[in-house]
Amino acid sequence: MEQSSIITIKELIKRFPVGKGEFTALNGINLAFNTGEFAGIVGPSGSGKTTLLNIIGSLDTATEGKAVVMGQSTGDLTTKGAAKLRRKHLGFIFQTYNLLPVYTVYENVEFPLLLLQMSDSERRKAINDALEWVGLTDKIKSRPAQLSGGECQRVAIARAMVKKPEIVLADEPTANLDAANSHNILKMMLKLNEELKTTFIFATHDDKVIKYLKRKISLEDGKVVKDEIIKIKGD
Amino acid sequence: MIRFLFKGLLRDRSRSLLPILVVTAGVTLTVFLHCYITGVLGEMIEFSAKYTSGHVKVMTRAYAENKNQLPNDLALIEVNDLISNLQKDYPTIEFVQRINFGGLLDAPDEYGETKKQGIVGGIAVDLISENSKEIDRLNIRNSLVKGRIPEKPNEVLISDEFANKLEVDLGETVTLITSTMYGGMSIQNFVVAGTIEFGVQIMDRSGMIADISGIQNAMDMHDACGELLGFLDMANYDDITALNVENTFNEKYTDLNDEFSPVMTRLKNDSIMSGYFDYVDSFVGIIVTIFILAMSIVLWNTGLIGGLRRYGEIGVRLAIGEEKGHIYRSMIYEALLIGIVGSILGTLVGLGFSYWLQEVGINVGDIMKSSKMMMPNVFRANITTPAYYIGLIPGLFSITLGTMLSGIGIYKRKTAQLFKELET
Ligand SMILES: Nc1ncnc2c1ncn2[C@@H]1O[C@H](COP(=O)(O)OP(=O)(O)O)[C@@H](O)[C@H]1O
Ligand SMILES: [Mg+2]
Repeated sequence: MEQSSIITIKELIKRFPVGKGEFTALNGINLAFNTGEFAGIVGPSGSGKTTLLNIIGSLDTATEGKAVVMGQSTGDLTTKGAAKLRRKHLGFIFQTYNLLPVYTVYENVEFPLLLLQMSDSERRKAINDALEWVGLTDKIKSRPAQLSGGECQRVAIARAMVKKPEIVLADEPTANLDAANSHNILKMMLKLNEELKTTFIFATHDDKVIKYLKRKISLEDGKVVKDEIIKIKGD
Repeated sequence: MIRFLFKGLLRDRSRSLLPILVVTAGVTLTVFLHCYITGVLGEMIEFSAKYTSGHVKVMTRAYAENKNQLPNDLALIEVNDLISNLQKDYPTIEFVQRINFGGLLDAPDEYGETKKQGIVGGIAVDLISENSKEIDRLNIRNSLVKGRIPEKPNEVLISDEFANKLEVDLGETVTLITSTMYGGMSIQNFVVAGTIEFGVQIMDRSGMIADISGIQNAMDMHDACGELLGFLDMANYDDITALNVENTFNEKYTDLNDEFSPVMTRLKNDSIMSGYFDYVDSFVGIIVTIFILAMSIVLWNTGLIGGLRRYGEIGVRLAIGEEKGHIYRSMIYEALLIGIVGSILGTLVGLGFSYWLQEVGINVGDIMKSSKMMMPNVFRANITTPAYYIGLIPGLFSITLGTMLSGIGIYKRKTAQLFKELET
């Protein structure tokens, strides 16, 4: 079981220095994710969801314990090694989209591929595929400022997916979206999860997201309090 | 990748236009000031060369040692022979005779008694020979206030102010009382042909310009003169050429055992301007440094503001897997590009202004009371070779330094920290 895990988290503790003392944001997390999961870390604000996601994404490191992602212990990686892991295997989706404002939709999606040194034709194909998945082929020349929130988040999904990463980490992806758009993008991600076997891990406290999850990991005060597999519900 | 980043740079005006404007402005000022200072100082050096020191100057060794006392008793003799030898040795240099003299100038009344009297400081130059360039060289025609240029050896020009003080008019006689080369008393009458304004206060108080042959006659200095000024055939004084002439001359003509043997000094050593030469260089250095610092601070701040604005971008780029060093380097490439563009623009604009000032000049004569004077009254810029590249130094340095300073914050911060800032 553990050998086939794409992500393994063992006895993970994360403490932040606060004033003179320390604040324990994650307190002894043990988790394993398999390829193709559509899982969510669920919990109230401040429970440690983002912190956990950042450690999995090698943007931050654990204080104790370890997080092994794609066979690599993120705590042992150099900054270069961590960048390489993110570049090749991870995609990120944020609450605030974080598109680059001066670039077009097409260029925003292109950016991750430029770091991977692909041939021009391969790159063009990948970008067009990704924009097709999210239904934005008619907006490739638009700038983020000309798009709605839902469209922006779809560009962000295309950007995360364009290199077909093994893992996508999505931190509160629906927090700025209305119900219709939230459902829309979740369906989209679910479809990609099923077609490409991409592992999705969400951090969320949004019921609209939770509804779609196949696995729900409840976090409270930095501890996993519940970890349940959910039978398919749909809407 | 680089193209991708430059595309973004071009589209983001606050990231490109503002810094380019700052760099352009700074480089323009640097280039312009460089040309202006070179021009003004060059003009002053040239003025000094024409008036007192030549590009090179020959005196006797004894005269050179006491030259502040106008020691005409130690003058060069057999000057015509010396000049013809020099013309063989240095065919491109023009040598002219000069005598600086002092004495009393006496303005008599109709009975020949002293009406007014004053101390005079004069300079004797060749005003009369047909091919003499001295009149043009000293800008005499334009300095005339009244009258005309002397046509006979016994005619002189005196400063307009001095003429008023002595109450002499054009065509009237003045008597110069001085000493001969051999220490005897010399009393000689001259006719005032015209009055001039020098534009230099001491000279305007008591200055006089006489023909060299008239003074040689008055001071018993036949075939003798205090100084031989040499003018090299060059637009701007070039110290290396002058030094070379000085060395070869002294090698050949100076006899260390004979204090009356001729010795040559070049402008840089002789002139009151000598200090200015080093001054020009350090001045340019100081200007460039000031601009680098000032522009760096401005660009550092724009960089910081830009950097703050770009936290989102940087966070995303990190998340997507770009290395921090790569991001930092790409920011420096952007800075270099901006620096190059700004430097080129600034150099062009600066050279444009300088060219205008070089060709047209600022006429300080209009600003000052009169334009009729010998001092250069049009300040000009002078575009020299360094003007073409000097702007690159502050241009490239400042933006790169500014970006490095503002980028260090990004580079030093932990990825996680940068990322947190992105989230808020
Ligand atoms: N860099 C930090 N320094 C100090 N405390 C932090 C830092 N990052 C997060 N925390 C704290 O850790 C806890 C968990 O934060 P976070 O993971 O962002 O929660 P969530 O995403 O579940 O809302 C919070 O109480 C937060 O204040
Ligand atoms: Mg969070």
